[in-house]
Amino acid sequence: MAHILLKELRKSYAGQEVIHGVSMDIADGEFVVIVGPSGCGKSTLLRMVAGLEGITAGTIEIGGRVVNDLEPRDRDIAMVFQNYALYPHMSVRENMAYGLKISKMPKPEIEQRVARAATMLELEPYLDRKPRALSGGQRQRVAMGRALVREPSALLLDEPLSNLDAKLRVQMRLQIKDMHLRTGQTTLYVTHDQVEAMTLADRLIVMNKGIAEQIATPSEVYRTPASEFVAGFIGSPAMNIFTIRAEAGTAILPGGHRLAIAGIPASGEVRLGLRPEDLEVTDADTASIPIDLRSVEHLGADAFGYGVIVGSDILLTLRLPGTSTAQRGDRLNVAPFPGRLHLFSIETGKRI
Amino acid sequence: MAETSDGPLAARASSKALAHLWMILGVIVVAFPIYYVVIASTHSTQTILRPPLPLLPGAEAYSNYKNAFSGGISKMGGVSLWRLLGNTTLIALGIAIGKIAISMASAYAIVFFRFPLRMVCFWVIFITLMLPIEVRIQPTYKVMVDLGLIDTYPGLILPLIASATATLLFRQFFMTIPHELLEAARVDGAGPWRFFKDILWPLSLTNVAAIFVIQFIYGWTQYLWPLLVTNSNEMNTIVIALKKMISFADADTPWSLVMVTSVLAILPPILVVVFMQRWFVKGLVETEK
Ligand SMILES: Nc1ncnc2c1ncn2[C@@H]1O[C@H](COP(=O)(O)OP(=O)(O)O)[C@@H](O)[C@H]1O
Ligand SMILES: [Mg+2]
Repeated sequence: MAHILLKELRKSYAGQEVIHGVSMDIADGEFVVIVGPSGCGKSTLLRMVAGLEGITAGTIEIGGRVVNDLEPRDRDIAMVFQNYALYPHMSVRENMAYGLKISKMPKPEIEQRVARAATMLELEPYLDRKPRALSGGQRQRVAMGRALVREPSALLLDEPLSNLDAKLRVQMRLQIKDMHLRTGQTTLYVTHDQVEAMTLADRLIVMNKGIAEQIATPSEVYRTPASEFVAGFIGSPAMNIFTIRAEAGTAILPGGHRLAIAGIPASGEVRLGLRPEDLEVTDADTASIPIDLRSVEHLGADAFGYGVIVGSDILLTLRLPGTSTAQRGDRLNVAPFPGRLHLFSIETGKRI
Repeated sequence: MAETSDGPLAARASSKALAHLWMILGVIVVAFPIYYVVIASTHSTQTILRPPLPLLPGAEAYSNYKNAFSGGISKMGGVSLWRLLGNTTLIALGIAIGKIAISMASAYAIVFFRFPLRMVCFWVIFITLMLPIEVRIQPTYKVMVDLGLIDTYPGLILPLIASATATLLFRQFFMTIPHELLEAARVDGAGPWRFFKDILWPLSLTNVAAIFVIQFIYGWTQYLWPLLVTNSNEMNTIVIALKKMISFADADTPWSLVMVTSVLAILPPILVVVFMQRWFVKGLVETEK
């Protein structure tokens, strides 16, 4: 168990920088999820912490010790790989015990730890099987077990659930959360799945093109996204984001509709973000946006309406109650909940 | 598909029969000389020399083999059949094991380590693929003379154990090992030696078996190099001894003993193939991962 400190971490491959200075202070026992689209540098960042990739610049401290030049084995970490990377010729038991055997731990203690992990992960019936004879979910649990028996300072997981089917993924997600609560292990978890990110994390690092766009709790990331990228990436269905023009303190929307928005600049163009659930259907009046519904999807409890702002081709998604009778062709007036609007700079993409 | 109906199936059955006939013919062509060697080893020299060739086993089997093992051969070459078999086994084993050790080590270095001139090393090894021993035989001989290795086992084995082919095969196999496996081992604390011993070696066993079989036979059948590098009969291999037993005049050659020796020269490679067949085929066909 340890506290991890990343200071201005950078990574270049052949002169091409792919991680552009990431800093973060991870508290002892914290569960931090690194989330972002494919290719944004999540794995690279994690592998730098693991010691599997060299560090171009910056420092990594684990438990108060700079580990930049230490081999993975000397960093007191354990890692779960996306494709599990189990040793194919070793039984489940041997797979889990291998790291401990290398560290010359006494046999009885190894057995004890493996037994404990096997119980926790419900792997006892399979201890003598080879990985080949296991299902995907069982292999995943063995990979978890192999990391857990080491009782490392930090547990690193790289998309550990991405090879499982949807149902199993939910199940394992809950199990991982549960395990973290029990062991209190400092955990760094990489995923591109925002549901995993939102449900597991104490804090999130939202990455984009090698930059940490926002480091915050899931609800902060959702409520006050630090940039247009974060706003668009987190949330499903995605946030509606479009350009508006400011004129003497009021906003001119596409189609020429006027809307009073607090905090808008005096003039110029900005990006306005509206979550589908932050739009309310109202009676026609000046403080609303008229839209023509193109389609409505009923999901039971909720429904989602998709429509264009009258006089423009901007598509808006809005959440409707499950009982809504609105249908294709209807004209609705929607108004954003005050205080739930997001404004982003056109130039920098940053929150205003 | 063992139906016997008309139409395409029947046609298939007949073409199947034809294919079998063809293969049986092939087997006969390949196997007949070997069959004849075995048959001839059970006849007396007089019978062998008098046409036509007998096609059934004769009555001399016991006496021929007894004679061969109890001095018939040492009378000619000065060394016993046991010694010849022993020499050859030692050399074939030395070559097979040596080749595996060296080629695995070099493939391991090339695939898993980053060092300057790595690809140059690879290409240098690769190029030697095209050089059979005959091409470098003169300088090699000189080196062996300078090192005083003429008429020694190391002299017989060492020049033959560097193997570009085996290095290449191991390289190809090592490259199919998922990179994560190496990384998992690194995180688990395994250094290069442990990774090799605990993970790479067990995963390579079928490949090792296949290469062992191929190289054992290669070593067993070596002719030119043993002929060059040995002077004393004591160091002869069975193949060399066989050659020495055959004189120009047919009548001077103890053909029954030659046939016995031939059978004994063929037998060990066959045994190696038979015993390692399962592994051998597995190693050539599948990669267990
Ligand atoms: N070994 C490498 N050599 C060169 N470029 C690499 C290497 N590994 C990753 N990259 C690049 O670094 C970027 C980040 O990769 P990665 O961390 O794997 O992304 P993610 O895990 O977020 O999908 C990508 O653009 C990728 O092409
Ligand atoms: Mg990745």
